[in-house]
Amino acid sequence: MADTAIHNAHPSGFAHQFEDMEQQHEAGSLGMWVFLVTEIMFFGGLFACYAVYRALHLPAFELGSRLLDVRFGAANTAVLIASSLTMALAIHAAQTGKRKSVVMYYLVLTMILGAAFLGIKFTFEWRHDFVEHLVPGFGFEVRPEWGAVGQQVPMFFCFYFFMTGLHALHMIIGIGILTVLTVMASGGRFDEQYYAPLEVSGLYWHFVDIVWIFLFPLLYLIGGHYAMAGGH
Amino acid sequence: MPGHVVSVRVYAGVFLALLALTGLTTWVSYFDLGPMNTVVALAIAVTKMLLVILFFMHVKYSSGLTRLVILAGFFWFAILVALTLSDELTRNWTPSPAPWSILLPLIRGLL
Repeated sequence: MADTAIHNAHPSGFAHQFEDMEQQHEAGSLGMWVFLVTEIMFFGGLFACYAVYRALHLPAFELGSRLLDVRFGAANTAVLIASSLTMALAIHAAQTGKRKSVVMYYLVLTMILGAAFLGIKFTFEWRHDFVEHLVPGFGFEVRPEWGAVGQQVPMFFCFYFFMTGLHALHMIIGIGILTVLTVMASGGRFDEQYYAPLEVSGLYWHFVDIVWIFLFPLLYLIGGHYAMAGGH
Repeated sequence: MPGHVVSVRVYAGVFLALLALTGLTTWVSYFDLGPMNTVVALAIAVTKMLLVILFFMHVKYSSGLTRLVILAGFFWFAILVALTLSDELTRNWTPSPAPWSILLPLIRGLL
């Protein structure tokens, strides 16, 4: 086989249609970004819809926002930012030729932080909302103290559950991807030359982080918490 | 080696800045700034997004082509929001003269 010698001259993971590893790396990142642009438009529809309904029913949206617990939202933001850091460090470990156990350590840490985010979301926040009768379609109760705008509060919670739900679905998919990456890393598939799966999966993970960076202020913060600074 | 290696020091700095901005945006939300509450919250969110995109996602070190694709994506999203809101916020909402239910006897009569 005449090709074997040429093939062995290239680093592992090199696809022959590319000039070199640098070009392959850039093509991979570009392709992932094209996918992420479709994701921007995917979430963008919900964000645009949210903007319209918030403008139409501002008092109800502010009231709904005050019914969410800012502490959970802020804690989850910190957890997700930490998971982005560990994801970046996993890629850094591969880039600098660290042992595969170091890459796996950061990948598992990222998964644990992602699972912690979902744990806080599902077992504390959503369960609490269900007990408080704030889930539209599952025994939602309009409270008399909400006044005239009370009928529009379920609309805010529809947005809340669809937006955080779609985000949570992306997190679950992300944890699945991280599982595959950890198995690949344990098989010694990554090195300084070839770490493209880590890089593009990292782009996906950071994108999901960015979606939450916008969901946190839009859902939890801009509801006028100063109005209830005295008591709660 | 393909790709740019960002130092751990830069990653740690970006991480701390993101945490500080999360604390800041939460703190500011407890003050009544009128419409500025939304502006400040979104400005901080955009700053955090830029930190993540530039450093965690390595766009500061990526090619012009990649940056163009990203900018085109955000531009398209801006069109979506701007055109939707320009319709929604400039509409002259016509008040309904009466609830539609006053037509029910008429409809029943026709049936």
